[in-house]
Amino acid sequence: MDPIYLDNNATTRCDPAVVEAMLPFFTEHFGNASSIHAFGSEVGKALKKARGQVQALLGAEHDSEIIFTSCGTESDSTAILSALKAQPDRNTVITTVVEHPAILTLCEWLEKEGYIVHKLKVDKKGRIDIDEYRSLLNDRVAIVSVMWANNETGTIFPVEQMAEMAAAKGIMFHTDAVQAVGKIPIDLKNTKIDMLSLSGHKLHAPKGIGVLYLRRGCRFRPLLRGGHQERGRRAGTENSASIVGLGMACELAMQHMAEENTTVKRLRDKLETGILSQITHCFPTGDVSNRLPNTSNIAFEYIEGEAILLLLNKMGIAGSSGSACTSGSLEPSHVMRAMGIPYTAAHGTIRFSLSRYNTEAEVDRVIEAVPPIIAQLRKLSPYWNDKGPATNPEAAFAPTYA
Amino acid sequence: MWEYSDKVREHFFNPRNSGPLEEANGIGDVGSIQCGDALRLMLKVEPETEIIQDAHFQTFGCGSAIASSSALTEMIKGMTLDQALEVSNQNIADYLDGLPPEKMHCSVMGREALQAAIANYRGEEWSDDHEEGALICKCFAIDAVMIEDVVKANNLNTVEEVTFYTKAGGGCAACHEGIEEILAKVMADRAGPGEVSPPPACPATPEAPKPPAKKLSIVEKIKKIEEVLESVRPMLQRDHGDVELADVQGKKIYVHLKGACSGCMMEAATLGGIQQKMIETLGELVQVLPSSHMPAEV
Repeated sequence: MDPIYLDNNATTRCDPAVVEAMLPFFTEHFGNASSIHAFGSEVGKALKKARGQVQALLGAEHDSEIIFTSCGTESDSTAILSALKAQPDRNTVITTVVEHPAILTLCEWLEKEGYIVHKLKVDKKGRIDIDEYRSLLNDRVAIVSVMWANNETGTIFPVEQMAEMAAAKGIMFHTDAVQAVGKIPIDLKNTKIDMLSLSGHKLHAPKGIGVLYLRRGCRFRPLLRGGHQERGRRAGTENSASIVGLGMACELAMQHMAEENTTVKRLRDKLETGILSQITHCFPTGDVSNRLPNTSNIAFEYIEGEAILLLLNKMGIAGSSGSACTSGSLEPSHVMRAMGIPYTAAHGTIRFSLSRYNTEAEVDRVIEAVPPIIAQLRKLSPYWNDKGPATNPEAAFAPTYA
Repeated sequence: MWEYSDKVREHFFNPRNSGPLEEANGIGDVGSIQCGDALRLMLKVEPETEIIQDAHFQTFGCGSAIASSSALTEMIKGMTLDQALEVSNQNIADYLDGLPPEKMHCSVMGREALQAAIANYRGEEWSDDHEEGALICKCFAIDAVMIEDVVKANNLNTVEEVTFYTKAGGGCAACHEGIEEILAKVMADRAGPGEVSPPPACPATPEAPKPPAKKLSIVEKIKKIEEVLESVRPMLQRDHGDVELADVQGKKIYVHLKGACSGCMMEAATLGGIQQKMIETLGELVQVLPSSHMPAEV
């Protein structure tokens, strides 16, 4: 039985066309783009083409606004640290409680260094309060950094509107768009977004390549200083093969954008409806009316996510979980906690994230496989009786916590 | 995904003794605050002999929590209550051919459920006797509370000392920043309110030793070396290891690491800790090396 990969928000497989585009850059096109000879200029031309392909997907006005980095995390760190360095009179960062660790861990460190970080709260559906946001915009804010779409729930934030509001107050705006790029249309030239991070491996390019979009005219301080690569904004010899691969991946993403929002979305909806209709005491998390077309995050009450994943894995199905036990840190998902999902449900959240490679037959197989797994684990749960949850489950089972 | 042993997988995929136990006369409900897992252990105890005739579990938790519960019920069936109380969390982990360090608390939860169930059978109140903190050192499963307690009790100032006393930080070194933060916090508390705060992080390298008042004779030196080794022995013996002086050659002190210490991945950290103490006691820079490094006899 072929394995079914439904963890595309974690990483995606490289598109074969991407691999093919990259291969010559490991062999005959090995030159350094900075070199004056023919070996170098071949590579230089390829990088220019890739830059244009990324520019097109993002709807950026100039190709010089594209800075290649090593990953989304580097882009995020570069953006926020640059804003603080370039505006020493501003000491505040606004972000949200549901950001990726690439932002949150950096912000925790900034707090230790004496900066002020405001984290916007979210409601039960993972939505932020625009009025709270408005009230925080002042001339001490160096940068606002808000993710375009959440990695766990797929919930989309109104970043275009938020960027307008920041711009009106003269505040820089950055968005971590690693989950959004390639899944929903983006047209940066018609927004007030100053900086955007993307990560290649989330859109069928290889790992180890990212982009920081930097609006022309936005004040900037590099993270890495050294050579003149990327116009001195990111020193270090270009990862030419991966850049070429990312360019190709962006072109393919443009071609498949409609498919992502029709075919993939339909399969996601079929999967979610199929599961919800067969199993009691489970619900989708996040803002289901406003989310990425590929993501479904379902909370299965009274059981634990890692156990679900292990049983799914046995059936050849790959997903991910917000449960504490699947993270290296043993922390339950900060996204689920921020949305106020009860403990007994947050523990059993499973994220299914699809891609254009998934098929109808795969979705059918998952719909069939999930109910017995849930039933099997609920039979082991102290919160569960034969047919349903114990009456008043929290009272029926109230363990002493050590 | 975690590296689970085949035995853990087997007990997870085919849990033994799961589900309610109607005739249970001892029930323990406990949870691990660290990851939110919880377990109900049900015992059927024969009152005359206090033999556990049957044991069942229900677990809200991950793969290793379910496997630990299943293993526990298998282990204790047929034991008397007093025998069962001898079962340690390490026994549960051993039964499963080991658990990843991050998951050791699953076995702790099993042991606590057992204590709680026996207390329940005996009509006693069970209360937890230890506090668990955030996991800092993942290599040796040492949490923040443990590190903080040891730092306070022994007036520790450096990461090396913490490693020497607790093992924390002696493996991959990824947690050194976390240990430094605990040290900074305790040192700030130690300085007391009103005083200027101490330097935020401890020095990563040992401070240069003060010059000795007078040069030690070789006999005095060896006596002091023996004293240092004596002082660390109890700690090593607790981990089923031991240390003995092999030879002193100039600034090189050779020791035999014995028992569990020999070949342990902590060997370097252990020797580093001993070396630190030697330097402090002797007031000169010396090197502590395993006896295997001794130059061959001429």
